[in-house]
Amino acid sequence: MEKKKQKNLSRRKFFIKSFQAVGLSVLGGLMWGAYIDEAVSAPLVLRPPGALPEKEFLKKCIKCGLCVEYCPYETLKLAKPGENLPLGTPYFEPRKVPCYMCTDIPCAVACPTGALDTDTVSDIEDGKKVLNINKARMGLAVINTESCIAYWGIQCDACYRACPLIDKAITINYMRNERTGKHAYLVPVVHSNHCTGCGLCEYACVTVEPSIYVLPRHIVKGKAGQHYLKGWETEQKLQMIQEKRSRFVTPRSEKSPLEYLNEGDLLND
Amino acid sequence: MISKFIFKHRYLLLRRAVQISIIFLYIAGNIYGWNILKGNLSMGKLFEVIPLADPYAVLQMIFAGALLLWDVLIGAVIVFIFYALFSGRAFCSWVCPVNIVTDTANWIRKKFKLDKDEWQLRFSRKVRYWILGLSLVMSLIMAVPVFEFVSPISMLHRGLIYGMGFGWAAVLTVFLFDLFVTKNGWCGHLCPLGAFYSLTTSKSVLRVYHIQPHCTLCMNCKNICPEKQVLSIIGKESGYINFGECINCGRCIEVCNDDALKFSLRYIKKEKEG
Amino acid sequence: MENLKINRRDFLKTAAAVSAALTVGIDVPQEAIAAIKEAEKDWRWDKGVCRFCGVGCGILIATKGNRVVAVKGDPQAPVNRGLNCIKGYFNAKIMYGKDRLTKPLLRVNEKGEFDKKGKFKPVSWEKAFQVMVQQFKKAYNELGPTGVAIFGSGQYTIFEGYAAAKLMKAGFRSNNIDPNARHCMASAVAGFIQTFGIDEPSGCYDDIELTDTVVTWGANMAECHPVLWSRVADRKLSNPDRVKIVNLSTYRNRSSDLADMEIIFRPQTDLAIQNYILREIVYNNPDAIDKEFVNKYCVFATGYVDIGYGMRPNPNHPKYSPKERETMKKEVEKIVSRREEVSLKYLGVRAGQIMKMKHNKSAGKHWLISFEDFKKALEPYTLDFVAEIAKGDPEEPLDSFKEKLKTLANLYMEKGRKVVSFWTMGFNQHNRGTWVNENIYSIHLLLGKQAKPGSGAFSLTGQPSACGTAREVGTFSHRLPADMVVFNPKHRKISEKIWKVPEGTINPKVGSHIVKIMRDIEDGKIKWAWVQVCNPWQDTANLNHWLKSARDMDNFIVVSDAYPTVSCKVADLILPSAMIFEKWGMYGNSERRTQAWRQQVVAPGEAMPDVWQIVEFSKYFKLKEVWKKWKLPDGTVLPNVLDKAKAMGYSPDDTLFDVLFANEEAKKYRWPDPIGRGFHNTEAAGDGRNIIGTDGKLFKGYGFFIHKYMFEEYRKFGLGHAHDLADFDTYYKVRGLRWPVVDGKETPWRFNVKYDPYARKLRTNPDDEFAFYGPALKSLPKGDLIEPKTKEKFSLKNKAKIFFRPYMDPPELPDNEYPFWLATGRVIEHWHTGSMTMRVPELYRAVPEAVCFMNPKDAKEIGVKDGEYVWVESRRGRVKARVETRGRNKPPRKYVFIPFFDERILVNKVCLDHTCPISKETDYKKAAVKIYKA
Repeated sequence: MEKKKQKNLSRRKFFIKSFQAVGLSVLGGLMWGAYIDEAVSAPLVLRPPGALPEKEFLKKCIKCGLCVEYCPYETLKLAKPGENLPLGTPYFEPRKVPCYMCTDIPCAVACPTGALDTDTVSDIEDGKKVLNINKARMGLAVINTESCIAYWGIQCDACYRACPLIDKAITINYMRNERTGKHAYLVPVVHSNHCTGCGLCEYACVTVEPSIYVLPRHIVKGKAGQHYLKGWETEQKLQMIQEKRSRFVTPRSEKSPLEYLNEGDLLND
Repeated sequence: MISKFIFKHRYLLLRRAVQISIIFLYIAGNIYGWNILKGNLSMGKLFEVIPLADPYAVLQMIFAGALLLWDVLIGAVIVFIFYALFSGRAFCSWVCPVNIVTDTANWIRKKFKLDKDEWQLRFSRKVRYWILGLSLVMSLIMAVPVFEFVSPISMLHRGLIYGMGFGWAAVLTVFLFDLFVTKNGWCGHLCPLGAFYSLTTSKSVLRVYHIQPHCTLCMNCKNICPEKQVLSIIGKESGYINFGECINCGRCIEVCNDDALKFSLRYIKKEKEG
Repeated sequence: MENLKINRRDFLKTAAAVSAALTVGIDVPQEAIAAIKEAEKDWRWDKGVCRFCGVGCGILIATKGNRVVAVKGDPQAPVNRGLNCIKGYFNAKIMYGKDRLTKPLLRVNEKGEFDKKGKFKPVSWEKAFQVMVQQFKKAYNELGPTGVAIFGSGQYTIFEGYAAAKLMKAGFRSNNIDPNARHCMASAVAGFIQTFGIDEPSGCYDDIELTDTVVTWGANMAECHPVLWSRVADRKLSNPDRVKIVNLSTYRNRSSDLADMEIIFRPQTDLAIQNYILREIVYNNPDAIDKEFVNKYCVFATGYVDIGYGMRPNPNHPKYSPKERETMKKEVEKIVSRREEVSLKYLGVRAGQIMKMKHNKSAGKHWLISFEDFKKALEPYTLDFVAEIAKGDPEEPLDSFKEKLKTLANLYMEKGRKVVSFWTMGFNQHNRGTWVNENIYSIHLLLGKQAKPGSGAFSLTGQPSACGTAREVGTFSHRLPADMVVFNPKHRKISEKIWKVPEGTINPKVGSHIVKIMRDIEDGKIKWAWVQVCNPWQDTANLNHWLKSARDMDNFIVVSDAYPTVSCKVADLILPSAMIFEKWGMYGNSERRTQAWRQQVVAPGEAMPDVWQIVEFSKYFKLKEVWKKWKLPDGTVLPNVLDKAKAMGYSPDDTLFDVLFANEEAKKYRWPDPIGRGFHNTEAAGDGRNIIGTDGKLFKGYGFFIHKYMFEEYRKFGLGHAHDLADFDTYYKVRGLRWPVVDGKETPWRFNVKYDPYARKLRTNPDDEFAFYGPALKSLPKGDLIEPKTKEKFSLKNKAKIFFRPYMDPPELPDNEYPFWLATGRVIEHWHTGSMTMRVPELYRAVPEAVCFMNPKDAKEIGVKDGEYVWVESRRGRVKARVETRGRNKPPRKYVFIPFFDERILVNKVCLDHTCPISKETDYKKAAVKIYKA
């Protein structure tokens, strides 16, 4: 009897303890989760070449710093506490040290987890994987044409000449200068299909704050709808339009025809 | 006198040497390009070939849904096997740099007599297992290895190798917590990495062995042990310290004046049990 | 022509795309604008000239307090209409590098005495000049006027160049003054003088807007004349169908981007391509010849070919290694190559035969030939032959190259098509630089496409005052102002008269050109040298020798500079100099435009203008020390002119300062002067810094407007001789004028009676439309292709010469041991040796170091990746540089380009000091090197 009572008591105690622990865990988990949510959100961070999309990257990066160690230019660094970036993950700031686009991509090759995926920066040649740094998409350079002195008419184009994919990722466009009547503008234009986001342009830019700077591609790249194709680009490959069966809704089309027709009073509302 | 001191701290000194050497070799790998150890304790390479990975970090990543390369998986297995089958939870006392921090806090506690109850917020040592479990569930939910974003352990070793930033604040937190709040608070109560190794290493070869007949019940060992509960057999029976929570630090062996404790190799060296 | 069309379409497409991509808007808040206006309130704006290249962009300078706070392009400047290039954009920053030199620095021992092996320590101007004068007198008294030298500059202001030349030539009776402009456009000068009898281009920048065709030959205008290039681009855009741009280069450079056609040729074969074009005209399209133009205004001429390569005459010089001698011996004789057997067919030479260099000393000699001889000489330059030897990119199909050559010839020949040929260092820095200059005139003259608006061969200068100072003032070892030369007695007499020095003062012997000054220092023939506004120990080819001899020989080297340079490092005394807007100045650009600026600010510390330094130096020499009898090493005797001086009212104890700079005439130019109201004039009035001068006393200024005096005196040389400049004050009111300025009007096109009053005045017949009236070398014997045959000389008044100049191999060609061509040159971000631009943080950051531009396949073969170091080694030395295969310059296989701005990568240690034997300009574009991983 006594024994049974004690047993009951201890069982009871166990349940209480367990529920308390679960309660505490949920509370802790909530706070932890909120912090992690904040800690992994860094929409403007630039990752090394071959980095997987940010979400995948954060899953896989073990924060070992091997990419940092194998970077010969001290471009890469691991995010430190206080930098407001996902802790311990590799990134670079082109204005400080750009990526010099080593052809052997030592950082990506060093990555043990696949967070830097060499497949995304390789070609297949004769069935063999051959690294191709030009396929890196670390970010995309954008130009502020208001502070870019080339757009003032100054013969600058430092970014263009610094570009390792000169004449591909950055080209010069020529425009007449109506004001002087005789000096063309030679302005840099970035091409997203070639730009790797290495940031050599940002580094070279001679304005006080760079007028060309690298941002993550998804931040910069807009996207046009697929329901319209450029009719004047005859050689444009017809993209497969993913047919969406969904209906398009605006506030005007929310109601069903019957609802609309049968409701309300045109004269007295 | 000195030789006696050394003898009485032989494992402590050796542990410090090992801890510092490992971190130094990683630092040298980064700064001077030495090829002995590269990376850090989360993931490193020995002689640029043999991968070494933190199995608990890898487990979180797997829970987060990451498909990993063989490199890191092999590294995790190597490390896991080493601790689980051979050295027990020695990571915590022989490798982890936070151990130096918490040991220091402990030492100060002793020196300034902060061991009284008023300096102790007592709570269960089992909390760490809840945190461990929680970290895996959270990794699953959040799809990132969650502990790796808050771990003061990696903040410390990564900081030492690649630059500290505000990481010192996390380390200081651990230190102050252990100093003023709870004795062995971090390593013995909270750390999920320690918990991970506690759960997985109890069957290792290298264990502390107690020779009951020699024991004078002076309790020096229990006083020094950061995980007292593992010394439950002291004075009662001879045998291996069978708990995974034992960190194989060897402090108990050092302080025992009666040769009642020693390191032994279970399965290999035949000790008379009981 | 097919490829031209495609390029144009792409070109228009991108041009349209970008206009659409521009964002519009001003995000400056109103308060900010108000704040800027407030800040600008006490700024003083004044006009100036860009410090850098020969384009000569006008800028406006804002000063506040004693600091240049901003610049802007001068919207009124006709050259640039308010625009600048990336360097010009930083004019406001170049004077404010942290390491400006502010005190004289002398190598001293522990006791503070001068010691060649000592360390630099700051000294007073007094001490500096004491040692400098003492050392000068030691060398001067021991070796005579040829024992001292001045390294001058194409970046001298007109006043500085004039003061230096006058002091050297009229004072010290030494012609050992030569500017770095020798490295830059001496070949252009020789080409002008031999072809037209007068220096500098017939056309002007307006040609760009008027022409239909721009052909760049060895001129990377996109990087080296950027603002002009934007004008070329605008011209292209204005009529993309009509206007064609062709870029000829030995490697793909930035200028190819705009070009309709790019021709990559093997180094040195520009000569062959030119002769191909000439042959194409003469043999296949005789109708293209402007017969009237040629008959009335041109003659045909040629000269010797066995003239060496401007290297040391003694190839066994003890200070040179056997490896170096392999190349040096070509100065004496060479083996005729297979290529030369064809190109020199008219001389009857055979491959393998030895050609002795018999005419090194008369390299510039030429004579008249008949059109038939001219035609005969061109015969071997067939398309097949030229394409074979000239194709520069081994990977280009021969047919495509041939097609391009034909297209090029057709563009030149097309009736009614206006053509401008531009060139810079590709032609000028050439071991046959004079020839290659002359050949391009031959093409233009033959087609009647010269000296006409929109048509003409136009030499672009590199430096901001290569024309204005080095050439027009005459700071060369053979020149006097206004195209006069020291070896012409009449010219000396005119100069002596204007300078008010006794007849016979000026040394008739041509002095040492800049490379020879270096060689003379190495040989101990020059023991005192003063470097002004240049950095010869970085920019002279074959640098190891000169670095060594500067430090190891018994000599004294003074360097005046604003910043510590490599030349300062090898000097014994460093004088801190004022920079561009810290002094009064004038520059003359490529199109003969003279532009002026006032002193905007006061130099820092004790830095002083070069004019002051030169004029101060003259104080320490009495006439009796310099105008006595001198016997020169070659036996020439300079007479004692002290008696004549006495007759002119001078005392033997007068100083050169009294006679040359502070004479009665000079003192008539008073300071203050209305033109300088509100501005400093350090030389005239001191500048409030209370500098203790070279005499140990407070320098309060000379009390007269020395710049104005010197300019007005200098003007006298050119007035009435087709070199007319406007008066001093005018240049401070206008945005530059192109000389000759007659009756206040500038001359855009010379030799053309419609535009040039001198052509009108001097033409032979009243109905002549042109008159190539330049007076030099206008009386020649007649001969055949081999040599002159008449003793009698024939006048060619008002005629230009159409030269035949053949192709010859350079003295050093790539071989198995040294398989690569090496060329050096500039990048847009940095100016010359980088002493200014490497101190502008933004420019430093944009291009922090010189790299080795290389073909990616070569890099792969060598086993180096981008960013890794290689050694680039020639017979003379080696440098280590990073490999760049993805950069702005894309060399063909076995060709590398390393710019010379970076003093950590002294590429001139590797380059060969071979020069055009006529112009003495170094060929920096051809050296054979091997490359291996570092």
